[in-house]
Amino acid sequence: MAGMSAPSPSFGARAGQLALRWSLVIALFVAWELLTRTRTFTPFMLPSPQSVLERIWRDGNSGDLFINMALTIYRALAGFLIAAVLGVSIGLVMTRNAGLRWFLDPVISVGFPMPKITFLPVIVLWLGFYDTAKISMVVFDAIFPILTATIAGVRSVEKELIWSARNLGARERDLLWQILLPAASPQILTGLQVALPIALIVAVVAEMMMGGYGMGGAMIQASRMADSRGVFAGIIEISLVGWLFVKAMAMVRARLLFWHAER
Amino acid sequence: MNTIASAALRYSPLLILALAWELAARSGLFASSALPPISKIALAWLDLARDGDLTKNTMASLWRTGAGLGLAILIGGVLGFAMAFWRGAETALAPVVELFYPLPKSALIPITALWLGFGDGSKILLICMGCMLPVTLGAFNGALSADRTLLWSARSLGASRLRSMWDVVLPSAVPELLNGIRTALALSFVLLVSSELIVSREGLGYLIGFLGSNGTYEAMFAVVLTVAFIGFLADRLYEAFVRRTLAWRE
Repeated sequence: MAGMSAPSPSFGARAGQLALRWSLVIALFVAWELLTRTRTFTPFMLPSPQSVLERIWRDGNSGDLFINMALTIYRALAGFLIAAVLGVSIGLVMTRNAGLRWFLDPVISVGFPMPKITFLPVIVLWLGFYDTAKISMVVFDAIFPILTATIAGVRSVEKELIWSARNLGARERDLLWQILLPAASPQILTGLQVALPIALIVAVVAEMMMGGYGMGGAMIQASRMADSRGVFAGIIEISLVGWLFVKAMAMVRARLLFWHAER
Repeated sequence: MNTIASAALRYSPLLILALAWELAARSGLFASSALPPISKIALAWLDLARDGDLTKNTMASLWRTGAGLGLAILIGGVLGFAMAFWRGAETALAPVVELFYPLPKSALIPITALWLGFGDGSKILLICMGCMLPVTLGAFNGALSADRTLLWSARSLGASRLRSMWDVVLPSAVPELLNGIRTALALSFVLLVSSELIVSREGLGYLIGFLGSNGTYEAMFAVVLTVAFIGFLADRLYEAFVRRTLAWRE
């Protein structure tokens, strides 16, 4: 947070900031270790960082960690990609077609603030306990921010831009691909950046509810067995994946929008 | 009258969807357990309401959200303002905020269950922990956005540090703070329902799971739609409240 608004800090300042940040993270770990060493909390309430890291290491060696992570990432990403394709295309069509807009506008404005996860039991009833149900839940939840971002993005495209393109003889298809989509892409990407963490969370919660393999399933299993090391290991693993997702998405954004002056 | 008519026209697609649902359910193309007709769902809802199951579990759920969200707003708001005002608080808390911000809040469900069991305590703690950060960030950013010159003038006119904070910074921080609380409100319902679906013996999420495993799907659909509606209604009420609160800003 510190210095986030600084325009472009020098290398030295950035390195200093990085060092400060990491030393604070390390300080947090030391505080955690001390809290467990001094027996402020029992190992059951708060297992020591060392024992949690050992647990992660053991899960990594036995291959469980890899299977669970891969499954969760697969479900989250598959759902996210389907939501991205559907969300952007429905959003685009909605801005070009008044009938569809009339029909879907109230559906979106009612659906957006709803806690979509409530429909998980309904989706289980319809699709069973397998990947289809989990991925469908992810799509259902992740599509809303993408849809609204796409609609807002296309609406904010300058009218002059569209008029000049039309004037120069652009057809509807060219207008879509060469004007609307690129001009709206910064907002669409923001929507995607919001949707990706949601996809991960929903995948984990769906796994927690339905059980089976996956990081959510492993964590809820550990919790039921009162295996607190397993639970804390799960939190760290999920946070790591979440952090990687956020970073990857920011990189994609920087790559795709190199032409766009950001803030 | 005119506004009612235009609202009816605006929301008529939802009515069409409900009608389509009713027709699809009655057509016999789908198993009646998988897609019960809306009319039967409404009847099941009335039954649940009459039995008192719905009220009891709604109250349990609302108490959990209210308590968790209230604590989150209180603690999160104080932390955010503290971070904006005292360098020390920012240095100490910023890395904690930064570290916990990307953490998927629902991943805390097993931890709070481990600590406090399956009852109210674990849900309240979960909602409080999960909803705190958006409020903290809202308060922090809002307080920083306060006009420095206004603050300086207040101080130079002899207002104490606390006084100028109350009169100058707090009002200008309100819009961002209210925005953060809106995020927290939406999050609180998500956390409530997911934790009740996964580990609970009471509450609307529990009721959904219970009715589903009993095979009384009409009642299950009734509760699912009720929860979705409560979430939607809370957002709309909050929006109206924000509009009234911020009416003084032209």
